[in-house]
Amino acid sequence: MNERLIFEKSRKGRRGYFFPACDIPENEQTQSLPDTYSRCTVPELPEVSEIDTVRHYNQLSRKSFGVDLGFYPLGSCTMKYNPKVNEAAASLEKFTELHPLQDSSTTQGALKLMHELTGYLCEITGMTWGTLQPFAGAQGEYTGMKLFRAYFTQKGEMQRNNLIVPSSSHGTNPASAHLAGFTVIEIPADERGMVNPEYLEPYLNDELAGIMLTNPNTLGLFETDILAAAKKIHDAGGLLYYDGANMNAIMGKVRPGDMGFDVVHLNLHKTFSTPHGSGGPGAGPVLVSERLTPFLPVPDIGFDGKKYNFVWDKPMTMGKVSGFNGNFGILIRAYTYIRVMGSKGLKKASEMAVLNANYLKTRLMSKYELKYPGICKHEFVLSASRIKEETGITAMDIAKGLLDLGIHPPTMYFPLIVPEALMIEPTETETRETLDDFADIMIQLAEQAYHEPELLHAAPITTPVRRVDEVQAARKPVVRWRKESN
Amino acid sequence: MNSYIPHSDEDIRSMLSAVGVQSIDELFNDVPEELRLKQDLAIPEGMSEEEVLRLIRKYASMNSLGTSYLGCGSYDRIIPSAVSGIVSLPTFTTAYTPYQPEISQGVLQAIFEFQTMICELTGLDVSNASLYDGHTAASEAAAICFNQRRKSKTLLVSPTVHPFTIQVLKSYFSDMGFSITVLPEKDGMPVFDSLSSYLDSSLAGLLVQSPNIYGLLEDYSGIADTLHEEGALFIISSDPMSLGMVKSQAEWGADIAIGDTQPFGLHQCFGGPTAGYIAAKEKLLRKMPGRISGQTVDIDGNRAFVLTLQAREQHIKRERATSNICSNQALAALTTSVYISLTGWAGIQQAAELSYQKAHYLAEKLTETVGLSPVCSSPFFCEFTVDFSTTERAEKFLSGMKEKGIFAGVHLGAVSPGREGLVAIAVTEKRTREELDLYVEAALEAAHE
Repeated sequence: MNERLIFEKSRKGRRGYFFPACDIPENEQTQSLPDTYSRCTVPELPEVSEIDTVRHYNQLSRKSFGVDLGFYPLGSCTMKYNPKVNEAAASLEKFTELHPLQDSSTTQGALKLMHELTGYLCEITGMTWGTLQPFAGAQGEYTGMKLFRAYFTQKGEMQRNNLIVPSSSHGTNPASAHLAGFTVIEIPADERGMVNPEYLEPYLNDELAGIMLTNPNTLGLFETDILAAAKKIHDAGGLLYYDGANMNAIMGKVRPGDMGFDVVHLNLHKTFSTPHGSGGPGAGPVLVSERLTPFLPVPDIGFDGKKYNFVWDKPMTMGKVSGFNGNFGILIRAYTYIRVMGSKGLKKASEMAVLNANYLKTRLMSKYELKYPGICKHEFVLSASRIKEETGITAMDIAKGLLDLGIHPPTMYFPLIVPEALMIEPTETETRETLDDFADIMIQLAEQAYHEPELLHAAPITTPVRRVDEVQAARKPVVRWRKESN
Repeated sequence: MNSYIPHSDEDIRSMLSAVGVQSIDELFNDVPEELRLKQDLAIPEGMSEEEVLRLIRKYASMNSLGTSYLGCGSYDRIIPSAVSGIVSLPTFTTAYTPYQPEISQGVLQAIFEFQTMICELTGLDVSNASLYDGHTAASEAAAICFNQRRKSKTLLVSPTVHPFTIQVLKSYFSDMGFSITVLPEKDGMPVFDSLSSYLDSSLAGLLVQSPNIYGLLEDYSGIADTLHEEGALFIISSDPMSLGMVKSQAEWGADIAIGDTQPFGLHQCFGGPTAGYIAAKEKLLRKMPGRISGQTVDIDGNRAFVLTLQAREQHIKRERATSNICSNQALAALTTSVYISLTGWAGIQQAAELSYQKAHYLAEKLTETVGLSPVCSSPFFCEFTVDFSTTERAEKFLSGMKEKGIFAGVHLGAVSPGREGLVAIAVTEKRTREELDLYVEAALEAAHE
């Protein structure tokens, strides 16, 4: 059933909230604004009661799906459980009511938390220092690219403009590099699905800025030649960027800094259990190796042994990337998670994430193709191409079939190098029973493709709406409600 | 070991055996030997939930709060009680981006409604699911300007735009061959006289902010026409609460409206999360950054919503995308939608009017009683600036007030070189007359000590 828009529930004169009456005596009140500045137009905003507002959004929440509701094996997104203690920590009044510009003598707890969090993230990644400002992974990438730029500018190597990304990389990688002004060079994966150091050869010259990599990569495979690749890039004067989207595979096992990476971003809303909020807020801290620390954004957070403070005096800084301190509320949650887990817990999380992925992969290999075999890390990519060839049922159809069974589908059609891709990341917080149920359902859907394909073509049928017409949405965009259209 | 990892020893044994390996270590055999970490991470041992809460509470208690008159882009405003319950509903908080429309109609509809609210408030045609904050929204707006005018190289920026916005713009663009050119300033206002000298094909647009960094309202009569004659775009950044009284961006002729929705239902939270907003004229729709929810139908012909115009985005276009933004501030945007639903236009007008009245009451009393008069070259909304001439005097006043539990204002000199001695004082609908009178009383001492 369709939920009416909040605008369609509006009735003139209704209110869901009243502010206090004005307590300034009338004879001391100021005249209204001069006409030059006064607003003339009246916006069409909803007029609804408090209970109607509450019901409206509760109804909308019932037509949404989160980790708290069911299994969410969305590859590369690390949809692990979001612990509730994180929320309790982040809702303490002396955090939520802090103004970003209040005197640092009154924010010592917040600064201490941020300072320690930066240190922990450096320890986890093997880097030297960092910034918590970036709001999301993509902004972390962008910040990283700007750090590359600042580093080369300072060295007088402004011609270093070529940035290598593997064809299997996240779409944000080439987008971030391009927006930061680099020329993006895509290299293919080799027959193992990996970066082959030989493929780097043509670009190892004084125009090379560096490479952006995810390790384990988007196929869920550990890039075993990473040291050779890092050496080639460094020998040619380039830098290495680590996209931390897949960090959940390797905490406490191996570190990007030890692999030779110069800049790392982490997605706190993936690896560090902060809720993703239907599309954000996340957080994308950036950690760097020693030689890049002078270029980090301002303000840095410093500690003189007694007092924490903002440090603005960084002559070589790349500048500022967020207005204030990034998504501080998310940083509290990630900090809380790290303290609950501790070093052993973080390591165990990665180990169990990898175990869960390999177990699930083993169970599904017979019905779906695994184009790049081998032990995987935290995720793996299946292909439904054989099913499609033999039955016409696509990865999309399988995904829609899952919706009817209360499971969020895997990431579809990514990475681009696997046809009919289903990218599955179970995470460590799921039980064996959940994985078994999912495997049973996936096998059942694969069999259904052969016996009752019409059911999968028609799926989903139990969801609030059925398959939506995306083409119409893009051809004749309706991106807002308007009164007259009613 | 902890409650987030459910595996029993038996689970681990049987699962390893199903995979066909002997040990967990074998699952990491693909990591080159020399890279494998041999020691534990130097991170404290894990703790129980209760112990961690005790620790975090201790950190929180190292912060202190006061009656707040701090503004400059973040405000202590009233948040209706119904907001927090709604925005902590688990299918809103624990969902990823709504990639699967059939099970994400609630979120997609909420985004569609948010887009509509932003369009209505700003008076512009189209909007998106949100940006990171008001400052980075300026960078995304600037990118639209540079994109829509191929050879343009310059963005003019008013000097009275928030200094952090200007810093973010410079770090985004100044190493890219673009110029972020700041206009001259006089009496707390931008000087537009020189605008004509920049009017050529290299001009991408002009960014202004009202209320500006001093809290003053700016008059943009004629500016849009001047820019449009040359083909440049006009961006206006505004505190959305001011739009309850002050001319909307569309009424000034802006092509793009930006700002931060923090005043609408979001805690200050040391600066984030909030949500950046952006709205633009229809013709710029395909140049918009980020997620957009669009209305369409499902195969049964029922109304449905879906992330649309994805051909602009990074996961399709890769390096040719209009922006790299992916995760945005969806839950913060939802918070703003809930706030606006509760208050309606009447509530926003009421809160804006209350802020306006209270700010003017305080300004008046400070002038009369304390002799601290606001820099008033133009009307102000709910924030005004007092000149203490020197950093020392400004800091002394603020620390004197702090001792009385009053966070009396933001010393602009501390965030913006050249503005030493200037203190911006923000008054919201949350402050009572009693608190305002206490401010005046305390200021009498602090200003004359």
